[in-house]
Amino acid sequence: MTLEELIENFSYLDNWEDRYSYLIDLGNNLENLPEEYKTPEWKVQGCQSQVWLVPQFQDGKLHFLGDSDAILVRGLISIVLMIYNDKSPSEIKNIAIEDIFAKLGLEENLSPSRRNGLMSMVSKIKFYAEQSM
Amino acid sequence: MYNVYEIRKDFPVLSELVNNKPNVFLDSAASAQKPLSVINCMQEIYNHHYANVHRGIYHLSEDITASYEEAREIVKNFINAASSDEVIFTRNATESINLVAATWGRKFLRAGDEVLISQAEHHANLVPWQMLRDEIGISLKVFPIADDGSYLEEEYLKYLTPRTKLVAVTGMSNVLGTIFPLKKMAKQAHQNGALFLVDACQYIVHNKTDVQDIDCDFLAFSGHKTYGPTGIGVLYGKYKILDSMPPYQTGGDMVDTVTYEKTTFMPSPARFEAGTPAIVQAIGLGEALKYMKNLGMENIKAHEDELVSYAKSKWENVKGLTLVGTAPDKGGVFSFVVDGIHPSDLAFVLDKEGISVRTGHHCAAPLVHRMGYETVARASFGLYTTRGDIDALLPAIRKAQKMFL
Ligand SMILES: Cc1ncc(COP(=O)(O)O)c(C=O)c1O
Repeated sequence: MTLEELIENFSYLDNWEDRYSYLIDLGNNLENLPEEYKTPEWKVQGCQSQVWLVPQFQDGKLHFLGDSDAILVRGLISIVLMIYNDKSPSEIKNIAIEDIFAKLGLEENLSPSRRNGLMSMVSKIKFYAEQSM
Repeated sequence: MYNVYEIRKDFPVLSELVNNKPNVFLDSAASAQKPLSVINCMQEIYNHHYANVHRGIYHLSEDITASYEEAREIVKNFINAASSDEVIFTRNATESINLVAATWGRKFLRAGDEVLISQAEHHANLVPWQMLRDEIGISLKVFPIADDGSYLEEEYLKYLTPRTKLVAVTGMSNVLGTIFPLKKMAKQAHQNGALFLVDACQYIVHNKTDVQDIDCDFLAFSGHKTYGPTGIGVLYGKYKILDSMPPYQTGGDMVDTVTYEKTTFMPSPARFEAGTPAIVQAIGLGEALKYMKNLGMENIKAHEDELVSYAKSKWENVKGLTLVGTAPDKGGVFSFVVDGIHPSDLAFVLDKEGISVRTGHHCAAPLVHRMGYETVARASFGLYTTRGDIDALLPAIRKAQKMFL
């Protein structure tokens, strides 16, 4: 699925119940992170749920594996990964993720007060991108 | 008892909508809502009476100094301290406990001395002692609680040793709701030669608190949980002990004489209140305690006890719902997990239904782990909580179960 398709799918969902159900589907479809990565080293700090993020660097592009023990957060992670995966560090830097989440009707999940780890995850992705520039 | 629907009018936010749903606020243990009398009192001061305290001899400053010291008097009466000099204003309970660790602890504890806490402590009554342990080599002992969250007297007594110099315990667990028998524990600590510190953050909101009756040496609480403002807390200490302690921070307002060579310090409470204090917050706290006193702590307790029995009757024996912390002596704090649903996922759905609960480790991670969980959800009650609030939870959980399971 492309990001455009995802945005279109979300545009048909006009209440939170349906949006959450769709997020749950996305979460269920997110590939599980191999257990060996579920260590403190790859944990994203400060979350209400456990969140892991593993960066991989290949051919000038960044690829991330992510996971959480909470299903809605997994759904959100799968969107974040769809947005950032296999992009160059400078592409990552220029992505306005807030705009995309607003289009999805999920913008509240990116507020710093929403302690679901998404915000920390995005910061971490940007940090890895910055480091590999 | 009071009419809860009447007093809810004192808390405007309770009748507002949250996510277009009636506001079901079940997170008073994290921070309580504020009655209008507190909000109005603070606004009135900022509008008409504001100045610094303990400074000028002009009218406004003298006036507000009187109000600030009156707030101390209100606190003194609320906890039945022997003197208002035993009441120190801090930022919050966390700072109160840190103050004791940093001043009394550093001065009177030596390597090998033991500080004893329970398994049910908030990080605020755990980490300061760990820091002290790492700094001066005391040892930090933790006495176990039962699997249902109950206090275990035999364990407590087992852990009280001749080396125990301080027992520091919560009066009521912010995760399990367990209420500890403070008076008896204090007596046993004293018989053993140890001082007794109470983290009364939760306890004082729900139980009449009398420091002389408990006979505790220190007691800490936060204003924002007692229906008062943020930024203000209290440390109570017996005067003789406070008088033996060095200052915590130093600067203005707490000094007696200062020369470039040497400074002498004021007695308590000024000694422990360096710099301009949270003046308006202290006065707001006084107003909040007045509000509770007017309702009557016995009435608040009766109202909440009734809610606790009601909640137990509704939530115990529900398939798929597990209460974490079911001690017989329990106040209005209910941690729970729903089979197959991560607490964070659950909270997302409850939020959309207008229900505020807290999820996570509740700043008591070792306790949550000891109970067998990584994270739990928590519903907690205040003096304005209704049976309707309790009734709202299960249908919302059912809705979450439909979505997630
Ligand atoms: C039992 C207990 N102790 C200490 C604290 C810390 O309070 P504060 O953050 O206001 O210092 C809390 C607040 O959550 C608490 O519930």
